[in-house]
Amino acid sequence: MIRQHTVIEKIIGRNAGYDVKPGDIVTVSADRVMIHDIFIPFVSGKFEEMGFKNVWDPEKIVLIYDHLVPASTTDDTRHFREGDAFVKKYGLIHVHRSDGICHQLMTEQGYVRPLDIAFGTDSHTTTYGCVGAFSSGIGYTEMAGILGTGELWVRVPETIKIEIDGSFQDNVMPKDVILRIIGDLTAAGATYKALEFTGTAVLEMSVAGRMTMSNMAVEAGAKCAIFSPDEKTAEYCGIELTDEMKELKGDHDAVYERVIKYDAASFVPVCACPSQVDDIKPVSELTEITVDQVFIGSCTNGRYEDLLAAAEILKGKKIAPFMRLIVTPASRDIYRKALGDGLIDILMDAGAIVTHPGCGLCCGRTGGIMADDEVIVATNNRNFLGRMGSSKVRIYLASPKTAAMTALKGYISEA
Amino acid sequence: MSSSFKAKVFVLGDDIDTDIIIPTDYLALPTIDDMKKYAFSPLRPELAGLIGEGDVIVAGKNFGCGSSREQAPEIIKALGVRAVIAGSFARIFFRNAINNGLLLIENDTLSKDVKEGDEIEVQVGEAILYNDKRYEVASLPENILEILNAGGLVNAMRKRNGL
Repeated sequence: MIRQHTVIEKIIGRNAGYDVKPGDIVTVSADRVMIHDIFIPFVSGKFEEMGFKNVWDPEKIVLIYDHLVPASTTDDTRHFREGDAFVKKYGLIHVHRSDGICHQLMTEQGYVRPLDIAFGTDSHTTTYGCVGAFSSGIGYTEMAGILGTGELWVRVPETIKIEIDGSFQDNVMPKDVILRIIGDLTAAGATYKALEFTGTAVLEMSVAGRMTMSNMAVEAGAKCAIFSPDEKTAEYCGIELTDEMKELKGDHDAVYERVIKYDAASFVPVCACPSQVDDIKPVSELTEITVDQVFIGSCTNGRYEDLLAAAEILKGKKIAPFMRLIVTPASRDIYRKALGDGLIDILMDAGAIVTHPGCGLCCGRTGGIMADDEVIVATNNRNFLGRMGSSKVRIYLASPKTAAMTALKGYISEA
Repeated sequence: MSSSFKAKVFVLGDDIDTDIIIPTDYLALPTIDDMKKYAFSPLRPELAGLIGEGDVIVAGKNFGCGSSREQAPEIIKALGVRAVIAGSFARIFFRNAINNGLLLIENDTLSKDVKEGDEIEVQVGEAILYNDKRYEVASLPENILEILNAGGLVNAMRKRNGL
């Protein structure tokens, strides 16, 4: 009998050209790699130190400035200068200097498609699993190695299948779904594993929603997260699915490390409480928590759908008088669309500060840094100590709906 | 790598994330030496000043979780740390540490027994000895040993490029 495969085994096996099973150490060829501004000086330095004369394929390399855009310290521009020097010296073609967050741009701009293998110098590179790609984060030394060779060793991961059937309640967003799953798996519960998402509720979910989920898979330690490509994927990527893409599903008798089943109706709005991503509590249990600031943005939840969800709650209303609401669209395209459709007007009328696209407050360097004992409800992916300023800031992670309702009320509130 | 050594230990808990190892605020400082004095500062600001050449960090599960910042293992190595022994390591941190020639050892019971400041003996790929007790550790796969023995991925690639 032919061995049955999980989705990730199919993608790695196709790339390697032979049948693979979990635990195998396999050398794969990268279809696309991404480097961002924080790490380009280090990648560039290591690449030169390794003694390479050329990059393996300029077409497959994407450089994105997002964490430091626009510069907030005098040293930040050094990253742009060193990045630009690398672009010129090695003839890089795909460079984004102010278009938005790397993980948004990689699928939005069509760099990653179903069946691809992609690596990035950022832990949230797991995001591209939203279109049926195998993507994972690596460090800058490994990236320098790939730029020279086009190859990387990977261990074929065991797969945890997560099956969600049924319909979600109206106030539940994909963020609530992935937060609860991380709480159930725990922050290290999927370390080195692939998460494969299936079920009728997942089929109903938009690519934007799938992005939120694959983005946060790394918060459970996962190596990657994957959604089988479907018609929604095809439309998002602007492609027609090939037969091979259509067959990119877990085989019936594939071996999973475990299968976890959820009834979609059982999900409720939740928060990850300070300062652990797996400390999950229902929003309804978090009463009387006054909030100083709300952040809606990041590669987790800075998409059009997220701004729309917030605008629907804030339309014609004003946020709490002491509240600071910061909205950061994930890309220039999202910003433009939200502007054209009047969402930005609604958010600004409600009292929001709408910033330029980029990582913004999520990486804790600019755009809303906070002081000791302040409380924030944020839609990004990490609530670690010191992530958004002082190490005494209390960060609650939540969906855009919960964030918008909290901005309106001034305390943590369910939509 | 020499196969056996004695070291003083510093003890940390579970889920030591990369924002604790080096907060984002300091990531854009020009060199690893500039950054290393801020290592572990959100949790224990004094720690970077205490750790010396040849010491070992012992921690609980999921050490190095969080971002892909490679400065995390580089800084730990720059502090003089000879090895990190933890219940488990986050995936990207594990790769980054190996690629920078920092020895990582998985063991999930030592951190519960050992006291900060005590001495342990590490037998690479075999066991850790502490208080007359032996803690078994797994051997490392060949490809990982090769990178560690070359002193990291840069040296391994230099060899490949004939340098």
